[in-house]
Amino acid sequence: MLLNFVLPGPRCAHQTSPNWPTLRPDLMIDPADLRLEGALALLEHDRSACLPDAAKSATAFLQSVIDSLCEMSLTDALTGLANRRHFRTVLTREIDVVARSGDSALLLMLDIDHFKQINDAHGHPVGDQVIQAVARCLSHCVRPMDTVARYGGEEFAVILPCCQPLYGKIVAERIRQSVAALRIPASEALELSVTISIGGAFAPKWNRSSATQWIDLADAQLYCAKTEGRNQVKMDAEQEISVSAEEKSLLFGHLNQSDAAWLETHNNETPAKTSTAMQ
Amino acid sequence: MTELVTPPSDADATANSPPVAVGRVVAITSGKGGVGKTFVSANLAAALAKRGKRVLVLDADLGLANLDVVLNLYPKITLHDVFVGKARIEEAIVQAPGGFSVLLAGSGLVEYSRLSPEVRQDFLRIMAGLTPDYDIVLLDTGAGISDVVLFAVSLASEVLVVATPEPTALTDAYAIIKVLAGQQKRQTIRLVVNQTARLGDGRAITAQLQQVVDRFVPKQPGQPLRLVHMGDIPADPQVRQAIMRRQLLLQSMPGCPAALAIAQLAAKLQEAVMR
Repeated sequence: MLLNFVLPGPRCAHQTSPNWPTLRPDLMIDPADLRLEGALALLEHDRSACLPDAAKSATAFLQSVIDSLCEMSLTDALTGLANRRHFRTVLTREIDVVARSGDSALLLMLDIDHFKQINDAHGHPVGDQVIQAVARCLSHCVRPMDTVARYGGEEFAVILPCCQPLYGKIVAERIRQSVAALRIPASEALELSVTISIGGAFAPKWNRSSATQWIDLADAQLYCAKTEGRNQVKMDAEQEISVSAEEKSLLFGHLNQSDAAWLETHNNETPAKTSTAMQ
Repeated sequence: MTELVTPPSDADATANSPPVAVGRVVAITSGKGGVGKTFVSANLAAALAKRGKRVLVLDADLGLANLDVVLNLYPKITLHDVFVGKARIEEAIVQAPGGFSVLLAGSGLVEYSRLSPEVRQDFLRIMAGLTPDYDIVLLDTGAGISDVVLFAVSLASEVLVVATPEPTALTDAYAIIKVLAGQQKRQTIRLVVNQTARLGDGRAITAQLQQVVDRFVPKQPGQPLRLVHMGDIPADPQVRQAIMRRQLLLQSMPGCPAALAIAQLAAKLQEAVMR
């Protein structure tokens, strides 16, 4: 069976690589020529992948194989969280958004305290259970728009777009307490609890910086939290613009005093302007 | 304050670089993104061109500017190719629909968004080569107060800050004014207020900003910083239409209130910087 094979265009212009392969719409591919064994073996191990019947629609089948592989390449096998590659992509995109919009975005780096002792005392399978339990807990602590990733070993990262500076420490503190409250059943006789250290940094707004710099800022705070006794949150000093409350109050003082009148004028004048505007 | 300004070494490099041109390079900046900086740059260029001036708009956002989108121009050769030595500067300059020239950065320049001494040198060299050919060069800078923005502004003899009456835009406009006063010892910063709702809004906003500047921005020896109100661009539904159609407002609706305001702004700017 021959298959008409067309690559879909990229969704956003900026994701286009100059070398993006464009397949001619009339290009025919014979699925029998494809070596799919390796990919299918991989997907068989991953129980979440459920492939449609290849005999019914070769296109749907291939699409599903590709989607499943993409999904797999972005997910951490042990925890189901975003893996490091996915994390990096999201972080890089977020820093561009911040540079343009001026929104606040928070990055938290988290590390399970004394994890090596758990591994040493109870063995690696229990260590894995702890990592999975913490991962589930982190996912429940944040909004759907946030990205929770396993950064490596017992280290995690959370990206929180559109997070007000005021709430940064509160969110991080809530995560720390939720993890500390976990009771992880390691065996019938054994329940473990762990603590985590958290370092946080807001994306530097006024410097178009790299993802690496942002990670370094949060990592430095994680290091602080570790050296100052663990089980705590350390946040990077706010990168807010240096416009003080006093300056803002003078800047907007006139608006507050005549707010009602100002709004009224806006409401009254805008339609008038629209109607007199020349075509 | 320290987070805002470029590191001392960078600041020194900026201070030591020779002034590229006198009186003819205008940086258009805003602090906040999305206030209409690129819209103003493009249409102001068209208005100045209409007044018979040879105008060049340079995408100083190193590839993140929307100038190409606003003007519907997608040239094959960009500033990036000039930087890497693949093309000559004349090849990268394109003619925009409004009768002015445009130099687009090209997306490849994003990788230069950290300012290295080489990028500074390239930029200086290119600017020095260009300015004699034009009556006025407009630098469309990026949003924010990054080192790239501050460097681009440092190449200009005049600064035009675009703000809107929104509190966030005003705060960011104030922030960049403050940084420019401190780091670049600017004595005159020009202000245009976009999307005003009623007559006199821009003048009131400028006066308010000036009050805050007088009180909180440390005085430079000599003259204090003066904000000059250059005009208002009234909120006008035609602007949105022109942007959606990717047309210059000055070409598609030259009689609408916003277009007339920009024409006025051009006259005032010409008088101010080309005396």
